[in-house]
Amino acid sequence: MRIDCKHVWDHISAYIDGEVDAGLRAEIDRHLDTCEICSAVLDSTRNVVVLVADDRVFELPSGFSERLHARLTKELELAEP
Amino acid sequence: MTASNPEFEADCIRRIQAGEKHLFHDLIRPCERSMYFLLLSLLRNEAEAEEAAQETVIKVYLNLHHFRGDSQFRTWVLSIARNEGLGRLRKTGNRREDSLDAEIDEQTGDYTPAILTSWREIPSKSLERKELGALLRKAIEGLPEIYRNVVLLRDIEEMDVRETAATLGITEGTVKVRLHRARALLQRDLAPRLKGFAPKRKGLFGWGA
Repeated sequence: MRIDCKHVWDHISAYIDGEVDAGLRAEIDRHLDTCEICSAVLDSTRNVVVLVADDRVFELPSGFSERLHARLTKELELAEP
Repeated sequence: MTASNPEFEADCIRRIQAGEKHLFHDLIRPCERSMYFLLLSLLRNEAEAEEAAQETVIKVYLNLHHFRGDSQFRTWVLSIARNEGLGRLRKTGNRREDSLDAEIDEQTGDYTPAILTSWREIPSKSLERKELGALLRKAIEGLPEIYRNVVLLRDIEEMDVRETAATLGITEGTVKVRLHRARALLQRDLAPRLKGFAPKRKGLFGWGA
């Protein structure tokens, strides 16, 4: 039986992470070949995943590391591990 | 994300405990980013997240002798960061009821994605990098905490399922379910606004090299 769109959406995250088994992957691939909607959903979800992983989107506040290590230097003088 | 290096960490810890205190700077450096963003995700305030990150680092130093090496060093550091963040939320009474989040978690809600039949056909619009960053951050901030934490560790800090589960004290299955829902919510929220952004691989975003 051909799987429906909802079924594909339910597994999209696992599909992107390569965590669906070979059989299901083949079914999803077959569905994607002919379903433009699911292809677009997959592409857009994957793009969101790729975009949020970009270090430039989530940057540490300017000077964060310097302030952290300056504080640490002070504390290290006082403390014993 | 910086890959963990257990040998380097173990050696560092030994030497720090033998008196080479300054090595602690090198030990903690690879954890800074994840620590800050985990705290930001909890506290939702940059200044407070930074202060909490500093407190965390000091606690890590003072408790270094408790680290047994049966988890990754970063996982251990992030657990301390998470406790620091949760402690602060409790103190200020800002912690949203756990039951509220749990309720969301139990829902078998219908996550209908944003339907875009023409995702690949829309010509690339030049969304500025800053604008794009703001859009993504806002969407992630808008997620319920239980989803936000998982996206942060899995997709932003690119930790594996096991480390994410260990850091948050949840099962690997729960990590997967929450990640799936979080991504679905983000897709629904962002996809219509990110049309034209179709990176083919990491690092290529059309915002210039």
